[in-house]
Amino acid sequence: MKKFIFPLALLTLLAGCSGNGTWGWYVIDPTTKSGWTNIQFLISGMWSTILISVIAAAISIVLGLVVALPGQSAKRGWRIVNRIYVEFIRSIPLLPMLFWVFYGLPIIFKSMGLDIPIDPFWGAIITLAISDSAFTAEIYRSGIQSIAKGQKEAAQTIGLNYAQTMRYVILPQAIRCILPPLANQFIYIVKMSAFASVIGMQELTRRANELVVTEYRPLELYSFLILEYLILVLIISAGVRWLERKMGSDERM
Amino acid sequence: MTTTAIELVDVNKWFGDFHVLKDINLTVQTGEKVVICGPSGSGKSTVVRCVNRLEEHQKGTIRLDGRELTNDPRSIASIQGEVGMVFQQFNLFPHLSVLDNLTLGPTKARGLTRTEAETRAREYLERVRIPDQADKMPGQLSGGQQQRVAIARSLCMEPKVLLFDEPTSALDPEMISEVLDVMVELAQDGMTMVVVTHEMGFARKVADKMVFMDEGEIVEQSPPEQFFANPETERCRKFLSQILQH
Ligand SMILES: Nc1ncnc2c1ncn2[C@@H]1O[C@H](COP(=O)(O)OP(=O)(O)OP(=O)(O)O)[C@@H](O)[C@H]1O
Ligand SMILES: [Mg+2]
Repeated sequence: MKKFIFPLALLTLLAGCSGNGTWGWYVIDPTTKSGWTNIQFLISGMWSTILISVIAAAISIVLGLVVALPGQSAKRGWRIVNRIYVEFIRSIPLLPMLFWVFYGLPIIFKSMGLDIPIDPFWGAIITLAISDSAFTAEIYRSGIQSIAKGQKEAAQTIGLNYAQTMRYVILPQAIRCILPPLANQFIYIVKMSAFASVIGMQELTRRANELVVTEYRPLELYSFLILEYLILVLIISAGVRWLERKMGSDERM
Repeated sequence: MTTTAIELVDVNKWFGDFHVLKDINLTVQTGEKVVICGPSGSGKSTVVRCVNRLEEHQKGTIRLDGRELTNDPRSIASIQGEVGMVFQQFNLFPHLSVLDNLTLGPTKARGLTRTEAETRAREYLERVRIPDQADKMPGQLSGGQQQRVAIARSLCMEPKVLLFDEPTSALDPEMISEVLDVMVELAQDGMTMVVVTHEMGFARKVADKMVFMDEGEIVEQSPPEQFFANPETERCRKFLSQILQH
């Protein structure tokens, strides 16, 4: 059954092309001048989507570690800080958080006498990074916990402190469990970056929205948009699988 | 004149409601070798783990070189590295070469240069008789070799005391003696050692004092001649007859 779905879907699309009014592919027909201009306009959002995602992921990777480490502490107070952060951030939907950061945070900054404007670009990055960091922290947690207790104890008995134990003993081993899911999280960020369109960030989704308004061709344009994300995500997935293979086959350990 | 290396006075410890150590009193002189034995679950590991602060005790006093152990992180940091530990499961760092396993502590915790640490590491690898394995990964070594690397790793910190928690229990029988030989040599060189083991041949050879534990208590403490010839308690006699049968 499954293998028929794709050809069937394709057929529907193609049937649409035959021009009974449902489909109007002319809007992104690369052989016409206007169609080609539209395609270029749509694809030009790709750069922003990638840039936002990459910067947000980079921040999230660091922030996630900063959040995860107190969760491993022997002191209960630190672990509670970690739990509160993770549970709190995880429960906030991305869109409200985006609004809060973009419209709310500048007011707080102003009340503190700080003049820090938040543009859509950084507003989106901050929100994505914070939202993702709760998940990243959990990935670090499971990675760190996958390392046997004896490793930490051995590190202690040769005089390493907590930071050194993490840096030289635990994290280098945990990284093989951490890296693949971390790369997977990157896919989540790429998809969620679409929300940046609502605060005016000129990325993929925003470009498609703007063209829909002028061209009245939502079906074709959003189909194209989905295709853009699909290609982007497929490329990243291939990268993740490559990484997993590389991690798995490194038998030095 | 002898000095006291380790002193435990009325040490008590609980895991939740479970009273795992009951009024433990034990003194280890500098250079002395103490062997602890007893049935599974009697608290042997917990005693040595309290001495190097892998576990906290809740009542009583533990002194190292006359300094009392507290839960102050600085006190913990100062003893770890001075009290070496050899684990049943070796606990080598699998992602580091043998040499890097040995130099990690001295370079990061003691501030030695890489060259100094390597010279020292090779010296101790020589002593545990595997000088030619320095560049291998731990996973490429046999169990006996791994345990000797672990001993060398502890020695690289030049500890005042070396604790062993069943160092040969995870080894194939044919590898036990290569590890015990190294330990006997260490003992002859004057290292202060506390060894949890059921290797009674080793105990007879090196122990200055035998300790028998049962149900969280030290039931018997005596010189090995007396300990093996006529144990005072029925529990100890029974335990000895069981393990000496093998
Ligand atoms: N972290 C812990 N939490 C709760 N109970 C523990 C913990 N560690 C040990 N125990 C319990 O304390 C008791 C003593 O444990 P310990 O490991 O010191 O015994 P042992 O004499 O070393 O035994 P074995 O010969 O099996 O190694 C056991 O009953 C064990 O189940
Ligand atoms: Mg034990």
